[in-house]
Amino acid sequence: MRQIVLKAENLRLRFGGVVAADGASLTAHAGERIAIIGPNGAGKTTFVNICTGYLKPQSGAVIFEGKDITQLAPRTIARGGIGRSFQLPQLFLDNTVFENLLLALSAREGTWRPWMRLDRHPKADEMRDMLEVIGLSSVGDRPVRELPEGMRKLIDIALALALKPRLVFMDEPTSGVSSREKFSIMDTLVRALDHSATTAIFVEHDMDVVSRYADRVAVWTGGKIALEGTPEHVLNDPDVRKNVIGV
Amino acid sequence: MSLDIILLAMLDGLSYGAQVFLVAVGLSLIFGVLRIVNVAHGSFYAIGAYVAASLGIWIATAGWSPWLSYPAMLVAAILVGVIVGGLLEATLLRRIYGKEQVLQLLVTFAVFMILEDVQKVTWGVKPYFVNTPLSLLGTVNVLGINYSVYQLAVIPLVALCVLLGLRFILRYTRIGRIVTAVTEDREASMAMGVDSSRVYLFTFMAGAGLGQIEGAAVAALMIGLGRSIAVYLAPEFDVLMPYLIMFVVLLFKPQGLFSTLQTRKV
Amino acid sequence: MRFDLLFGAIAFCAVAGVPFFIPWATVMLTIALGVGLAVLGVVVLLRAGQISFGHGLYYAAGAYTVAFLVQARLGLDTLLLLPAGALVATVIAVAFGFFAVRYRDIFFAMINLAVSMVAFSLLEKLYSITGGGDGLNVARPTLAGLKLGRVSFEFWMFYTTLAIVVVVALVVGRYLASPLGKGLEAIKSNETRLEYLGVSSARILHIAYGVSACLAGLGGGVIAIVTGHVAPEFAYWVRSGEFVFIAILGGAGNVVGAFAGSIVYEIVRNYAAAFAADYWQTILGVSLIAIIMFAPQGLTQMRFGKKRGGA
Repeated sequence: MRQIVLKAENLRLRFGGVVAADGASLTAHAGERIAIIGPNGAGKTTFVNICTGYLKPQSGAVIFEGKDITQLAPRTIARGGIGRSFQLPQLFLDNTVFENLLLALSAREGTWRPWMRLDRHPKADEMRDMLEVIGLSSVGDRPVRELPEGMRKLIDIALALALKPRLVFMDEPTSGVSSREKFSIMDTLVRALDHSATTAIFVEHDMDVVSRYADRVAVWTGGKIALEGTPEHVLNDPDVRKNVIGV
Repeated sequence: MSLDIILLAMLDGLSYGAQVFLVAVGLSLIFGVLRIVNVAHGSFYAIGAYVAASLGIWIATAGWSPWLSYPAMLVAAILVGVIVGGLLEATLLRRIYGKEQVLQLLVTFAVFMILEDVQKVTWGVKPYFVNTPLSLLGTVNVLGINYSVYQLAVIPLVALCVLLGLRFILRYTRIGRIVTAVTEDREASMAMGVDSSRVYLFTFMAGAGLGQIEGAAVAALMIGLGRSIAVYLAPEFDVLMPYLIMFVVLLFKPQGLFSTLQTRKV
Repeated sequence: MRFDLLFGAIAFCAVAGVPFFIPWATVMLTIALGVGLAVLGVVVLLRAGQISFGHGLYYAAGAYTVAFLVQARLGLDTLLLLPAGALVATVIAVAFGFFAVRYRDIFFAMINLAVSMVAFSLLEKLYSITGGGDGLNVARPTLAGLKLGRVSFEFWMFYTTLAIVVVVALVVGRYLASPLGKGLEAIKSNETRLEYLGVSSARILHIAYGVSACLAGLGGGVIAIVTGHVAPEFAYWVRSGEFVFIAILGGAGNVVGAFAGSIVYEIVRNYAAAFAADYWQTILGVSLIAIIMFAPQGLTQMRFGKKRGGA
């Protein structure tokens, strides 16, 4: 078996009367791509929020590369090698696309020099290449505010990957993207992940995307992972077909 | 510090705190509902005082019963609330609800500057002395110190009435519950068909209300007591006290006084 | 940035000629530039979407430091007094910044206001040290080692200030284009993402807070020397509000705008005080509202069209 990258153990969290996580556990191995599926509003994002430090579980633990990160702040976790993209892109709207990426680069390299212009960053070319890869070179100098949702989604993922994380969480990478574009985006993304041997856990609604790109599928219902396995196995499960996929 | 002084400081503090509360509760309601810190609130206070004084003088020169000066003060409050507050909300603030918080703050700062001029031009810069409401009720002697009944009893009583009245309105009347709903969740209440712009107008005219009225009461008392204790112990620092308290409260309980801290939903 | 440089160069030439063509305006303009330094401090924080309703504190810190040092009769030169004022303001800001940068928006504005008002009360009450409400007089120090008469001191003080302003504008311009400066814009638009990039927004803001106080202190020092007087009003919240006002007037987040705004403001204030003493605050208030409603980019951006270039 490959090395364990992330181990979420028995996570529990309730807000008032709502149980958001009820004994959720998941293990990710190096280089794996795991899709989390489940009914709407079931709290899949909550799971990502707990693993990335945005929420603290009432019990349970998140272990990343053998280290307990449960109580750490998002900032510390991000520095430790976990990247994240969001369902609703979280971007610096007033800055240009290129500046967004350069800020991520500065964050990674720790290059906060007050006398260096951000756009003259010594490794700026790396971000230019990244723009090229995600096909956004032509809008690099435009403020993010002016761009459509689909492009923002890509930039959001690019920001997460610019940190060169060893594990990345992606919350619905293809939502808000046209069905025509989703496969080309995912192809690009998966190529990048494979290239850098990054482990990925992504929440996804689109079963075409799940069956095509996931190594393993975890079904989130009732605040935990109720079932996991290969895409063929899980997506053919009668319960899953009825309650999650809706056929 | 003898017991007498403590008692006197408490009485002073109560009276002063009640005054502060009467001003702060309005600020608190406006912030609670509109999310705007109304820098011009002090001007409302000043204009209310001037109108009340003018009415008082007018009553005196007309030779009417001095007891009329109490209803005159009430009229002054309503006039200021409806005319200044209402006009301001309807003409100006309504246009800036969508703007950044920082800009909203600046707009009320601008209003403050304008109202200061209005005040100066209308009433001049010389102080007005109207002591009818004070002298009518006489004084009481507490531990050898003469307190006016007005300061010691009427103001705290009015403050208490306002506190209880507002609580009642906000909890048990239709408009009050709507205001509360808007405070708690603007989007949801609009989705339920509450005409929030009318609520805003109401709030601004009432010039007061929720936010956290209890919070305002506690803070006002803290400031009142803090300041009067300072008056007795270190008189040179009485002006400093309110700001010091403000600083300490912000330091330890920033969300306690106003609302909960916002977290972005991701 | 190109517009900034062009506009800055034109403005610089116009301003630099003033002592020759309109000598009586020299002091007024020096004051405007000094205030402009403090406004630039506010502009730095505005980049992060934060306003301080208490920057008068740092302005007063700079001014009183200069006043104390002059009164101590150490014979310090203007060129030493000014950095000393800026340094004291910076030190106070860095210390208080540990608390202040945890707050945002209204709370940030208010905690700054609270602290500056504490300082204001102290300056007013500690009569034996600060001279109380009357403030302190600041005797004319030497300038670059020279003992100058009033007129030539005013003349050279103007150019000294102008030189400081040019250097400061270039340095701050560079800072705002650096990762730290761009990080401020990021704080304004999305702190969540900044956190998820592993960046401490508090630290970025803390640095900006120090820079901003340094500028305010420098400005306060200039004013103390030029006007020969410091007073508790320097720390009063309305003064802090004035800085924010001018920053918005000149174009929030714009380096040249800070100085253009304060020059316009100072001229308006002088004329308004003379011709419409009763209405001058109204004039200011109305123009502030008009700018916020109709020209949020401020004076300097209006003439170059609405769109801001990506470069």
